Amino acid sequence: MTAIRFRQTVIRFLIHLTLAGGSAFMLVPFFWLLSSSLKAPHEIFVFPPKWIPDPVRWTNYREVFEVVAVVRYTTNTMTVTVFSTLGVILSSSMAAYSFARLRFKGRDIMFGLILSTVMLPYVVTMIPVYILFTRLGWIGTFLPLIVPDWFGGPITIFLLRQFFRTIPLELEDAARIDGASRPRIFAQIILPLSRSALTVVLVLSLLYNWNDFLAPLIYLHKRDMFTLALGLNALQHFESGLDWTHYVMVLATLMVLPVIVIYFLAQRAFVEGIVLTGLKG
Amino acid sequence: MQSSPAQSTPAAQTERGLRFFQRLSFEETLFGWLFIVPAVLGLLFFRLGPVFASFYLSFTKYEIITAPQWIGFANYTKLIKDALWLRSIEVTLWYVVLFVPLSLTFAYAVALLMSRNVRGITTYRTLWYLPSVVPVVASATIWRWGLNPEFGPINYPLKVLGLPAPRWLTDPDWIVPSIVFIGLWGLGNSVLIFLASIVSVPRTFYEAAEVDGANGLARFRHVTLPLTSSIIFYQLIVTVINSFQVFGVAYVLFVSNPSASSAGPNNAALFYVLYMFRNAFGYFRNGYASAMAWILFLVVMLLTIFLFYSQRRWVYYETEGGGS
Repeated sequence: MTAIRFRQTVIRFLIHLTLAGGSAFMLVPFFWLLSSSLKAPHEIFVFPPKWIPDPVRWTNYREVFEVVAVVRYTTNTMTVTVFSTLGVILSSSMAAYSFARLRFKGRDIMFGLILSTVMLPYVVTMIPVYILFTRLGWIGTFLPLIVPDWFGGPITIFLLRQFFRTIPLELEDAARIDGASRPRIFAQIILPLSRSALTVVLVLSLLYNWNDFLAPLIYLHKRDMFTLALGLNALQHFESGLDWTHYVMVLATLMVLPVIVIYFLAQRAFVEGIVLTGLKG
Repeated sequence: MQSSPAQSTPAAQTERGLRFFQRLSFEETLFGWLFIVPAVLGLLFFRLGPVFASFYLSFTKYEIITAPQWIGFANYTKLIKDALWLRSIEVTLWYVVLFVPLSLTFAYAVALLMSRNVRGITTYRTLWYLPSVVPVVASATIWRWGLNPEFGPINYPLKVLGLPAPRWLTDPDWIVPSIVFIGLWGLGNSVLIFLASIVSVPRTFYEAAEVDGANGLARFRHVTLPLTSSIIFYQLIVTVINSFQVFGVAYVLFVSNPSASSAGPNNAALFYVLYMFRNAFGYFRNGYASAMAWILFLVVMLLTIFLFYSQRRWVYYETEGGGS
């Protein structure tokens, strides 16, 4: 008996050790990023690694605004993120409602087609879509990053459809007997009852757009149109003759910080979203 | 007795009922289609349409300023002789071969550990997931330092112990492993998905196994593994598809602009999509790049079909009537 208990204690200890060690490994880079953002440039790449900045250079956070158009990049990123998210939620929830609740000819074929594109590699569509936006004269604007989101996202549609199907039909029937139209049922019954699913979609879309690198890289070329991702990339390759590593770290910190805050605020939505869609890497 | 207008014959009632249903279904059809109009347009213009368009473009020479010019299989035959394209395949396959098994086993093992109810498990789960939300540009920035051979923390213990330390991002042989390493840091998504499937295995299965005298390893082999195999299969497909499309990390670490002619020493970071991107957006060889895109698409599709075919041998579905 004691042998078994001893064994269990050892196993427990080993699990703790592994998970704690792993957690440290996961966290150290964040800590180092923050610490480097408060160092002088020549103190960043040193051996042995210096963990606590001395002195702490808070001025880095002021100076970065003079070196890089931080405000501009942030506004641009927010513009793209907000409008894309709005679009994907609106267009996908409409389609999801139709697929979940309305019966009509061709519904299952259309849903199947849309679902089949979930795993479509982005690279196959990339060039023709780029050409389409060239023809429209939209290169260099935010439109190529925003407009596609207003035409539904397959994963989002799938996720919302699954959720809408769990809403009791009686609620909808009651409203129909009272003479409510489909758009009204959608807006006043289905959407308000789906707050949790919509939060999941909201959070995933915010994260995706905030972090996106490839699409902005394809479509935005002028510096004053850059998103944070592009700005951070450009700053690393910018040859100023001076060591700007500390500013790179500040900008990276500023970009990562909101993501972490949202993650902690909406952790449950995150976890649900990843598990339900299961599609991100 | 005269029948009043209010009373109608059964036939009339049925007719009215039918008309009611027809109107209902018309109304449903109307709104059904109205609500999916944006999504269908999106499907046509941003997904299905482009797939066919890029197939067509792959047989043309198209440099945006002039109209596409039909050249048959020329792009494809040129690709076979393109040393850089072959290099990009080599780099990408090497990555896929390393990353897919490593990330799946690692994520599954971690998920198994996390499925145990030890104290503080929620904190562990939160922390392990954190790197997954970091933008790819930022994680590349972080690991440029982390994997720095002289000053980085990964080589630090090796150097202190006087062991040979790899030159990670500067040694051509270590570049792909470095990218794999960075990918493993952001493993949280897979862990989370595995974890959800492991904890949803019904307790009764384990109890039954225990009654039958199965030890820990046997319970894992005969209960956990088969009951989560459909998720393993799913994750395998997603990971394979994504691994073929590595782009961001390599671009930030090794490329400074779209037409840069190299990707790391000896082109060791020339991933498939990176080379395709260079051709499309650096040199505006859209036909050529489309041919590359379609080859990748075909490979990924065939692989997925192959995996689907093979799953019958090793994936367990409850509907087959084995378990309960």
